[in-house]
Amino acid sequence: MALEKDKNGENQVGRRAVLEKIASAVFASLVAPAVLSETAEAATEQEQPLPQLPELPPPQPNEDLLIRMMRDLQRALKKPMEQRRWVMVIDLRKCVGCNACTIACIAENKLPPSVVYRPVLQEEFGKYPNVSKRFLPRPCMHCDNPPCTPVCPVKATWKRPDGIVVIDYEACIGCRYCITACPYGARSFDFGDYYTEDTPEIAPIEKAPSFEYHEAWERKGHESPIGNARKCHFCLHRIERGLLPQCVTTCIGRATYFGDANDPESLVSELISKPNVMRLKEELGAEPKVYYLI
Amino acid sequence: MKAKAIACCETPKMWLWVGLWAIAFSIGSIGVMQRFLFGHKLAAYGNYVTWGLYVGVYIYFIGLSAGAFMLSSLVYVFGIKKFERIGPIALTVALITLLAALLTIWFDLGHMERFYFVFTRPNFRSMMAWMVWLYTGYSLLLTSELWLALRVTEVAQVLRPVPMLLPQFQFLWRPVLALAVLLFFSVVVPLVWMNRQTVLALQPPFTITMWRDWVIMSGFFVIGLSIFLSVRKLEIQSALRVLGTLGVPLAIAFHGGVGALFATVAARPYWHSPIYPIFFLTGALVSGGALLTAIVAFLYPMPEEERNELTVLMGRMVAGLLLFDLMLEWSEFSVHLWYGFGETVESLKLILFGPFWWVFWIVHLLIGSLIPLVLILGSRKPKVIGLGSLLIATAFIAVRLNFVIPGLATPQIKGLEEAFIGPRFRLDYVPSLHEWQVVLFVVALSVGLFFVSCKMLHKFQPHQVGWRGTA
Repeated sequence: MALEKDKNGENQVGRRAVLEKIASAVFASLVAPAVLSETAEAATEQEQPLPQLPELPPPQPNEDLLIRMMRDLQRALKKPMEQRRWVMVIDLRKCVGCNACTIACIAENKLPPSVVYRPVLQEEFGKYPNVSKRFLPRPCMHCDNPPCTPVCPVKATWKRPDGIVVIDYEACIGCRYCITACPYGARSFDFGDYYTEDTPEIAPIEKAPSFEYHEAWERKGHESPIGNARKCHFCLHRIERGLLPQCVTTCIGRATYFGDANDPESLVSELISKPNVMRLKEELGAEPKVYYLI
Repeated sequence: MKAKAIACCETPKMWLWVGLWAIAFSIGSIGVMQRFLFGHKLAAYGNYVTWGLYVGVYIYFIGLSAGAFMLSSLVYVFGIKKFERIGPIALTVALITLLAALLTIWFDLGHMERFYFVFTRPNFRSMMAWMVWLYTGYSLLLTSELWLALRVTEVAQVLRPVPMLLPQFQFLWRPVLALAVLLFFSVVVPLVWMNRQTVLALQPPFTITMWRDWVIMSGFFVIGLSIFLSVRKLEIQSALRVLGTLGVPLAIAFHGGVGALFATVAARPYWHSPIYPIFFLTGALVSGGALLTAIVAFLYPMPEEERNELTVLMGRMVAGLLLFDLMLEWSEFSVHLWYGFGETVESLKLILFGPFWWVFWIVHLLIGSLIPLVLILGSRKPKVIGLGSLLIATAFIAVRLNFVIPGLATPQIKGLEEAFIGPRFRLDYVPSLHEWQVVLFVVALSVGLFFVSCKMLHKFQPHQVGWRGTA
């Protein structure tokens, strides 16, 4: 399916060429459909016609959870936006702290050194010989009652009807009030730094466009997203093309799940109905939509 | 005395000061150029301590402005005769420090060119949007009040070279200027504010709602401006009283609001305390009052006897306010630290015993509080009181920095600072040389503006014009 789409999209060679440089062959098959579709629209709340979604094999018992989640995703996309409720579930018992999600997110969104959407926190318990570690990936919580959006003086960040908290890069003035207001430290500021700064040449990969919010963002000069607050958006540009967020796809332990909590048949609905579920800093009342299984 | 003040500008000593100022201004200008060229790259703040020196300096300056303004209300609202002489200089200081504050926070924005978005697409749930709108009201009011305080006719003398370019049309320039201002505020501003895109594209539809809004808004501006322009016919004294009276709640609102801007952030336990709006207001009065006292003691031309009396009075007032401020601080610190539990303990320990302990103990408590209190309460000499006040006013930056930075320098989630490593993901923050340079620029610019304004104030002979002067 992805290959067919590739052929259809040959008029957009520029983007594909860039992508070929930056993505490995394995990831390209997943990334390409997202990129080659219509990309001009900003992160608006207007309902857009459903794009052609990746074709999935028929359901089988014991199929890979990724396939099941993609099926959940496609079902959700067929509903109106306000009836979806995207949530993420992270199983802390399965997370091995490999940081694949952190890195995949950086690669997907071309994040500079000053920005991270999904770091993995480590905590060590006990004393030798009884020592253990716990790993806690921390994406944006996409709170139902987000503390970061009402503080924005210019309405540049808001919660969409499907619950995803987004930033309008073209409107953000870079005051960083939202960064101070997030109780999870989930927002970063793009300072305009590059990993390969102070080397003979800034690596082309760092200047390659990211496709956040369905637009091609090239980091150059003082242009957005440089000088903006940035944060995890649950890979909005991927999920609206029927693909799972990059951190979910790349999790080697299948410890991260994503889907529509309003759909009783979805995997995430099953998982968050269990008693071993918790959310970070529940006492603040922000109602985060990232659940942890402990 | 006045002659002496002007004469001292021509001494070699004065040239030394001018030279120092020029050096400071040049070094600062390099920083500003770097700011425009490289954005935020040279700044040392990051994602955790995301507000640094700029924000600290901004609330310091805005505090000076609010404090100076509120003291001017003693003259223009409450009519306390003893302070009559400091009225215009208090307003001048308030205006210059307001400009300095806004300039500093402008440099802090990620997209400086988008600052006007706060007017075109405001979010009135945000304390920051309220701040900007209140500042705008305050700066308009302050300019009007200063204009009136110096009397319209005298200011017109300064502007005379402009119409003199075309002397035969001299009679026209005032009505034309008034009309231009009127048109701008009644037509351009409301239209642009209502619907920038439609107006700029000059495209219909102009809906009925839009016309209605436009009539309401332009009506508001026309009536407001007419009142302002007709003020010349009234007694300046009562006009100043009206403006000053409006200004006091405005100053309380915006500076209390600066405290609230931080205090409303529930994610930062150290800031999230209802004491801060009040603490900020007290701090404004202390620092603004101290700065004015120092100016009266050292710079402002007036008879020696009067200076003595005024500095003692102002000094006592500042000392009293400082003691009240310290009491609030004690309340805040002791309540949180008494049993050593709670989320704020970490931030407070950072202030008292962290790597920058000396900012609190030495700069704030010793140099900024104890020594000045001894100097002010123990002497009646204007120079000594002036020195004490100057120490309070300058060391107050320590209070501001110790508020902004420690509130951010504790991790939001335990271990977050070690989860992703990089220079922008650190909890320790020391302002970079570049940041100091930018601040030096703002300080040098303000000092320069202040001295230029002083020269102009001399021209207007404030002690003769006074607030009781008539139009």
